[in-house]
Amino acid sequence: MAEVKLTQKDRMAVCWRHQFLQGSWNYERMQNGGWCYAMIPAIKKLYSSKEEQSAALKRHLEFYNTHPYVSAPIIGVTLALEEERANGAPVEDTAIQGVKVGMMGPLAGVGDPVFWFTVRPILGALGASMAMGGNIIGPILFFVLWNVIRMAFLWYTQEFGYNVGSEIAKDLSGGLLGKVTEIASILGMFIIGSLVQRWVSISFTPVVSTVTQAEGAYIDWANLPAGAEGIKSALEQYSALGPTGLNVEKVTTLQGNLDQLIPGFVAVLLTLLCCRLLKKNVSPIVIILCLFAVGIIGRFFNFM
Amino acid sequence: MGGISIVLVIIVAFLAGMEGILDEFQFHQPLVACTLIGIVTGHPTEGIILGGSLQMIALGWANVGAAVAPDAALASVASAIIMVKGLGPGTDVQTAISTSIALAVPLSVAGLFLTMLCRTIAIPMVHFMDAAAEKGNFRGVELWQILAICLQGVRIAIPAAMLCMVPADAVTSMLQAMPEWLAGGMAVGGGMVAAVGYAMVINMMATAEVWPFFVLGFVLACIGDLTLIALGAIGVSLALIYVGLKEVAKQGGGSGGGSGDPLGDILNDY
Repeated sequence: MAEVKLTQKDRMAVCWRHQFLQGSWNYERMQNGGWCYAMIPAIKKLYSSKEEQSAALKRHLEFYNTHPYVSAPIIGVTLALEEERANGAPVEDTAIQGVKVGMMGPLAGVGDPVFWFTVRPILGALGASMAMGGNIIGPILFFVLWNVIRMAFLWYTQEFGYNVGSEIAKDLSGGLLGKVTEIASILGMFIIGSLVQRWVSISFTPVVSTVTQAEGAYIDWANLPAGAEGIKSALEQYSALGPTGLNVEKVTTLQGNLDQLIPGFVAVLLTLLCCRLLKKNVSPIVIILCLFAVGIIGRFFNFM
Repeated sequence: MGGISIVLVIIVAFLAGMEGILDEFQFHQPLVACTLIGIVTGHPTEGIILGGSLQMIALGWANVGAAVAPDAALASVASAIIMVKGLGPGTDVQTAISTSIALAVPLSVAGLFLTMLCRTIAIPMVHFMDAAAEKGNFRGVELWQILAICLQGVRIAIPAAMLCMVPADAVTSMLQAMPEWLAGGMAVGGGMVAAVGYAMVINMMATAEVWPFFVLGFVLACIGDLTLIALGAIGVSLALIYVGLKEVAKQGGGSGGGSGDPLGDILNDY
């Protein structure tokens, strides 16, 4: 009997379909339908009799759930195992299911922090900061970069899984995955720190003090030279005195005082409060609604 | 909104709904969904700005473990439709954006209920797949998978169509009738809400070991000259240096009787 082999075209078909893994996500067996859907091109190629095809379909409708991207190396390994089996190697059903279950847990633990909590926040923040100025490059950059990274990852890790086969379990236990997760969480925390500083905005409006400044500490608007000469003189004084030079009275707000400690100080406190509340199992949705309420109350009583 | 615009909005909503579950192409992310709705309704710039603002809030929204985040797909689509409706003569763009975000967030809670509904309806669907597999019927398995994906698209497309039916006058007059403290307060709230998404990310990744990197990121971000790309470069470098040094420290501890001096160990080996 001639050996059946999965060609690159077959593997690409599987890779394409694998993108729809979560489509039939259900509370019973989670991603099983999408997994089976992705395996169909390979099953068609490897098995010719109706009984074998039916058995293979049923085998791949078992419970499955992991992160949708790191699932790619798992499906690669499974392709290799199915290929061996179709060529007569004694690969049991339980071995295939065992590889799937054994890999999905640890890999999901890498996929979530790397993709959802590091790469997406970084690319999203990059695109969003451009988009907030109305720049179309922002959304395009996010969309293109994300999909290039994602597709490259899906294809190359699937190929890696297919080539390494069941040996992959050894590679996984090596330190590489741990290292990737560690780098991702360091980078993620660093970027989240800067995002909190830049994009969580709280500003308190109460005025702490109003001081009438000494002569010379403000621009004497009434006695400026006429015409362009006056503008020049005002600008010169402004650059020497800073923003407090614009008015006779120097107004200090609560926010100004807080910003002197470090800009964004209250934003960090708010973020840490949210962390605590989330840890106490308060739903993020409840916190979000409360923050809107606080904002409205704050504006109504004029302290925010 | 003209007939063609409404059809295109519903198509975008359908894509966003599909992606809300697939999470591959990211059509459900505000940056993409709001921009697309802005383009098909003739308000591209406002759509992009809305997308950027909402994206900043939704950066950390992902369902992991017990924490369930608001539904980004419905929040993006609903806020974009409300904003487009509210953009009439005499409405300030910034107000329209911040109020539509505030209105869309409660709606995205309703989206969670729809998600749960779809995931339950999918159970009988996979049972139909089982039946098809029993007969070795490839077409049957494929058909149910595709129907399940479409169901997720419809999940967002129907609410979007319903929002499109609300007359624009009603939205505009509602926005204009809103007192300053309400509109302003929603904007203030919107500024704070981003903290929740960031807190979700922190809770996922924080260990005593990585907190110092949070502090570094926070303090360095005060320097306005550093763009996000620059900050990213600093972050990557710090991570590589840290992990690299840790590796070296571990090797030093393991060999040479734990002298703690890797260079010395190498020299001793000669």
